[in-house]
Amino acid sequence: MSTTHTTEVINPSVHNDLADLKPEISDLGLRRPDHSKNVIIDWMTTVDHKKIGLMYGAMALFFLLVGGFEALVIRTQLMVPENDLISAQRYNQLFTMHGTTMIFLAIMPLNAAFFNFLVPLQIGARDVAFPRINAFSLWAFVAGALVINFGWLLQALEMFGLFTASGATAGMNDFVPAMGWFGYAPITSTEFTGAGTDFWIMGLQILGVASLSASLNFIVTIINMRAPGMKMMRLPVFTWMTLIVSLLIIFAFPAITVALIQLMFDRVFGTNFFSVGGGGQPILWQHLFWIFGHPEVYILVLPAMGIVSEVLPTFARKPLFGYAIVVFSGAVIGFLGFAVWSHHMFTTGLGKIATAAFSLLTMAIAVPTGVKIFNWVGTLWGGQIRFHAPMIFAIGFVWMFMMGGFSGIMHSSAPADAQQQDSYFVIAHFHYVAIGGILLAIVSGIYYWLPKMIGKMWQGNLNIWVGIFTVVGLNITFFPMHFLGLLGQPRRTHTYLSGFGWESYNMVCTIGSYILAFGVLLLVVDIVRCFRSKQLAGNDPWDARTLEWATSSPPKVYNFAATPIVNARDGFWADKYGPENRKLGEVDESHGIHMPSQSWMPMIASAGFIPLGLGLSLMQAGVPFMGYVAILGLVIIALGISLWALEGPGGYHLHPKKESN
Amino acid sequence: MSQTESHDDGHHGLMVKNKKLLMWLFLGSDCMFFGTLISTHLIYRKLHPEEFDPTQLFSLELTSFSTFILLMSSFLMALAVSAMHKGEMKSFRRNVIGVIFFGLIFLGCQVYEFAHFMHEGLNLDTGTFGSTFYLMTGTHGVHVAVGVFWLISMLFYSQSGKMEAHKSAIDVEAAGLYWHFVDIVWIVIFTVVYLIEFIA
Ligand code: HEM
Ligand SMILES: [Cu+2]
Repeated sequence: MSTTHTTEVINPSVHNDLADLKPEISDLGLRRPDHSKNVIIDWMTTVDHKKIGLMYGAMALFFLLVGGFEALVIRTQLMVPENDLISAQRYNQLFTMHGTTMIFLAIMPLNAAFFNFLVPLQIGARDVAFPRINAFSLWAFVAGALVINFGWLLQALEMFGLFTASGATAGMNDFVPAMGWFGYAPITSTEFTGAGTDFWIMGLQILGVASLSASLNFIVTIINMRAPGMKMMRLPVFTWMTLIVSLLIIFAFPAITVALIQLMFDRVFGTNFFSVGGGGQPILWQHLFWIFGHPEVYILVLPAMGIVSEVLPTFARKPLFGYAIVVFSGAVIGFLGFAVWSHHMFTTGLGKIATAAFSLLTMAIAVPTGVKIFNWVGTLWGGQIRFHAPMIFAIGFVWMFMMGGFSGIMHSSAPADAQQQDSYFVIAHFHYVAIGGILLAIVSGIYYWLPKMIGKMWQGNLNIWVGIFTVVGLNITFFPMHFLGLLGQPRRTHTYLSGFGWESYNMVCTIGSYILAFGVLLLVVDIVRCFRSKQLAGNDPWDARTLEWATSSPPKVYNFAATPIVNARDGFWADKYGPENRKLGEVDESHGIHMPSQSWMPMIASAGFIPLGLGLSLMQAGVPFMGYVAILGLVIIALGISLWALEGPGGYHLHPKKESN
Repeated sequence: MSQTESHDDGHHGLMVKNKKLLMWLFLGSDCMFFGTLISTHLIYRKLHPEEFDPTQLFSLELTSFSTFILLMSSFLMALAVSAMHKGEMKSFRRNVIGVIFFGLIFLGCQVYEFAHFMHEGLNLDTGTFGSTFYLMTGTHGVHVAVGVFWLISMLFYSQSGKMEAHKSAIDVEAAGLYWHFVDIVWIVIFTVVYLIEFIA
């Protein structure tokens, strides 16, 4: 990419390469929704990885606020002993939906937003390998989110007197999930919980389909769609982590998929997988859940590590220290992650050998994690550090994540864990890794890449206040929980008596949670201000290192006017400051750029998941005709996929004007 | 499933084309899926050995027959793939019809087997054996049915004349991979779920 068109600032609202193109006709003879003037149709039918990424991000931020609100109600209830702000049942619903929402509807899709937007750009590709499957993953995620949250919708209707479980819907009591995000058997059996559990099962199942299809797509993209010269060991670390996470997803999700099917069969068809009466073993659920569940925590955290591994080198103006080791440790963490699930089950009586083995393996997994932390510190060492917003949050990540790691190692020791299991100590552990780790890294990523995504630059220094309120808030909220746990306060309990020495800690935790929430609110304000900012970002506002910064902000539909040829790791940095033979080249593409056509089919196919999920759930509750609704859903899915295959991929050619990069 | 998606197949390596790689990865994931189902069955079988004696119920003759049929269908599938590569549409269609036919025979055997077992008193809620057995073999049956549906759509599509070797061979190959995989899974199930019961 020569110097003639790298630094030019392009106004995002005027790129008109598409204006004169006519919509394509699909193989079915229908007009494709290409180049639609209608903004809504354009976004609903888009196959552009950048738009899909932005939609993931917007939806995930929404659910982050929903989950955060649920947490605030929980903390308010626990502020003082024997509080009766909410009932025990409502409390169970809130912590269940809080955990489920945060993990599946906030953090995973936030990560997906970054995968989508960044991976094709970072590897110098025009799009993902299967653009329509990518759109399908997004809409399936939306369908799953709706099904999981359907209970809250009913709850709202009931509050306004528009719905009561009676007559045909009499079986539909207890419609908000209330058995914990881990859904331990046998509390999930029909004896103990109602329709909420079914919504949860079906919703998670649909989200699983979404994650699986997205991951397959990303693996193929990263392996096959790299620009010339982009060897595996030149991939940006974020892309590497995407690859590893996608592999974890395709190998870990089947365990929970099967567990959920078995549970559904238990509930709907009376099988005995987890029912003690028929010879089933509830512990089987725990094994299957954690075989998925532990890799899942790495599915959540590895992208965060990827983000930090991009941000630190940029703002220290040094290459990542020990690139190969960082990548390798990521792979080792992913691999070992499959071999430690039973550390969630130390107190279930696994036997001495198994307990010792899982204890050792869990300790072992801290080694590659520590290696990464040393490499990040090594990256900072001797760098020209610039404390811009992304850097502040990245450093916050390293520090806070380490705190969570420490408590993790503490309960890797089985005897110690016997004390900590199911107490607030565990809550402290995973919120340090989840908020102090993952969320801070994601905020860092937002500060780093949002200018690239929307082409506008941050204004003012609200970001410092976001940093102060979130980090201070999170420590005030979660640090005292270590003590609460060691003093014996159990988790998942809606209230407590006074006199155990828990009162002041709980009060402090609750105050901290409001400070943290205020920080998140400021973040939202800052994002809105960025969208309204008048200052254009330019291609490369941070003087960064990887390929996404070599193209315009926001990137054009086709990403790169000419596919880059990569001659170094940190290819864009080498292009700017490296020797001649390391600079980026350009593939000759005078024949034009092939762009995929837009399509309705991914959205139609995934819309079928809603009647399928709700139909099966309500069938369990005995609501009439719901079996047919479920079948209707299946038919819609099959129809959508068939038409999808028949319409053909389509596509059109673009000839970008030379001066607009 | 669909035709080659919009993009030229990347720039790099190209050891395995996009669609084939996608299928390989999916099958890797599916391995874990069946792995979980089969281990659930084996674990419960070991836990409750006295619960149920399947040797009274299983008909080795019938299941060996359907296993053989499925194996042969894999053979025809391989022929179909190779015909597609050579652009011999007639031979392709003939072989695909064979695969579909054999697939349907297999499904027929399974429906008969299920009906027979239920008649003999093995139901979904018969202890853990009924649960794990039906879910595992049923899931496999659904895989076969999806494969049959896929091949039938391909057959109709090939009738439209839009199928050409250079475009569609990769789709047929992906379907072939899927079909062989489903076949292999059945051989595992046949061994560890049926045959072993008669050895012990
Ligand atoms: C050094 C690495 C880590 C170690 C050694 C470790 C160890 C553990 C152990 C032993 C438990 C079980 C505690 C108990 O229930 O008694 C646990 C729970 C948990 N960990 Fe970690 N952990 C590590 C990193 C992480 C990361 C990176 C995440 C998330 C991104 C995470 C999320 C969780 C969650 C969510 C739970 C609680 C699950 C539940 O019971 O609901 N951990 N960890
Ligand atoms: Cu774990």
